[in-house]
Amino acid sequence: MQLQTMAAEKLSQAAPPADAAIAIDDVTLRFVTPDGHMMTAIRDFTMTVARGEFACVVGPTGCGKSTTLNLVTGLLRPTTGNVRVMGNPVTEISRDIGFVFQADALFPWRSVIDNVAAGPLYRGTPKAQAYDRARDWIARVGLARFEKHYPHQLSGGMRKRVALAQTFINQPKILLMDEPFSALDMQTRTAMQDELLDLWSELKSSVVFVTHDLEEAVALADKVYVLTAGPGTVKSVYRIDLPRPRVMADIRYDQKFIEIAKVIWNDLREEVQLGQSRGLQTGH
Amino acid sequence: MTAISPTDRAAVRATSIVAAEARARARLRRRHALVIGLRLAILIVSLALWELGAYYNIIDPFFFSSPSGIWEQIWSWVTEGTSQGPLWLQIYVTLEETFLGFAIGAVGGIAAGIILGRNKLLADVFSIYIKIANSVPRVVLGSVFIIALGLGMASKVALAVVMVFFVVFANAFQGVREADRAMIANAQILGASPYQITRTVIIPSAMSWILASLHVSFGFALVGAVVGEFLGAKQGMGLLISTAQGAFNANGVFAAMIILAVMALVVEFLITRFENYVVKWRPAPFNEQGT
Repeated sequence: MQLQTMAAEKLSQAAPPADAAIAIDDVTLRFVTPDGHMMTAIRDFTMTVARGEFACVVGPTGCGKSTTLNLVTGLLRPTTGNVRVMGNPVTEISRDIGFVFQADALFPWRSVIDNVAAGPLYRGTPKAQAYDRARDWIARVGLARFEKHYPHQLSGGMRKRVALAQTFINQPKILLMDEPFSALDMQTRTAMQDELLDLWSELKSSVVFVTHDLEEAVALADKVYVLTAGPGTVKSVYRIDLPRPRVMADIRYDQKFIEIAKVIWNDLREEVQLGQSRGLQTGH
Repeated sequence: MTAISPTDRAAVRATSIVAAEARARARLRRRHALVIGLRLAILIVSLALWELGAYYNIIDPFFFSSPSGIWEQIWSWVTEGTSQGPLWLQIYVTLEETFLGFAIGAVGGIAAGIILGRNKLLADVFSIYIKIANSVPRVVLGSVFIIALGLGMASKVALAVVMVFFVVFANAFQGVREADRAMIANAQILGASPYQITRTVIIPSAMSWILASLHVSFGFALVGAVVGEFLGAKQGMGLLISTAQGAFNANGVFAAMIILAVMALVVEFLITRFENYVVKWRPAPFNEQGT
């Protein structure tokens, strides 16, 4: 057990430093449901992501994992506490942010290249330059032959590649990902995880990656946040000391990986059970 | 028993695939021909029954006309003109009223649908009035328009506009409301302004709803124009029908009806072409039957 905790070092939570890429400081978020009840989505939530750090958030269903991402984008405002991105309080959607969605969020009426060029065009980049950059990014995710295709003509994995290119073309300093690969099959998912780590190591973004898949979290992250069953708060934080670069297809057979996953799973298990029994009671 | 080498086997498989494909294509062609043949048969049989019924006075041709009578009427209108001028002029007048009403009503409906769809407060305030306006039988407004705008083109256009507006508005509104949340959030985070979101996300995603309403509402525009002409006009297909009705000329009523149907079908065809052009990004239906 000693050895295992060394591989996955449990961190103590402190107030976030001022220069962190993302600093969520003691945030509670409540909202009023349409039938007039007060719901607490997350409470006393503290999270720090250093510049260039890859953080994963795992937790049982409905514990507010996605809520944390929307706090960072500014689409949701905290009830108490504060959120800072790159040292500044969040007031509007920052240009530094990129977001990869769980669902397909590509524009189905735009071809691959028009989808990828959307970000720069929205931000006022001249057309020729936007398309040059789009072409470059499409080539980087290996879809050069599919520039003129429409999303419905591509496989799920290819659409995810387009979504990555669409996000990365804006060169986000902060990358938020909401279970982006959960709808993909195992092999495609592994390939996409490698792709993501490649792009990330080039761009040096700070990442918050939400997933319900603990192994995915351990394989990708520098730091794993385990949340409690809703209303979510941070149960524990683990530093993952696996060497980089990591190869997704191999890492799951790595002895150290297995040990870390076991330690965190022991921690997560009771929350998952709690979340499920609660879900059965309320019917969600 | 002789062994078949792999290359032979591949060749055999290739020829059998080609043969199977040819059979499948032939089957599709035969089915297509059968559908067309049956359609023609139904048309011919029903026209023949009608004609014979009228000939032997089982169906009274004075009230229900007959195919030959209708044809004679159309032919005389084409060659000799109608009582109110050449047939082409009547068609042109009615089409002009219809198109003007359709265009104004559609543009207005789309604009109103998008504005209300994007603004929750406006939608909540106006929804009750739109419901009320929608429940008024709009054809009745024709009388008001004739009184206010006279016997000319304006009253027919106004009636067609009213007929079209609400259908297109309801669909555009619904289309805007159903625009995918994730897609809007995606555009927002990629850096789109509210105007850019409306133009590049909301309108394209409402487009299939809007186009669906255009199909229906062209028919409504035609009804608006024709009913307007019924109520009082100097030109147009509606007047032609009402004149024929006044003279107990069933042939004339049916002939005008058929001309209107042909006009509607031609425009419907053009709208379908336009739709396929605008939404060419949509997946093609897997196997189209018929047509």
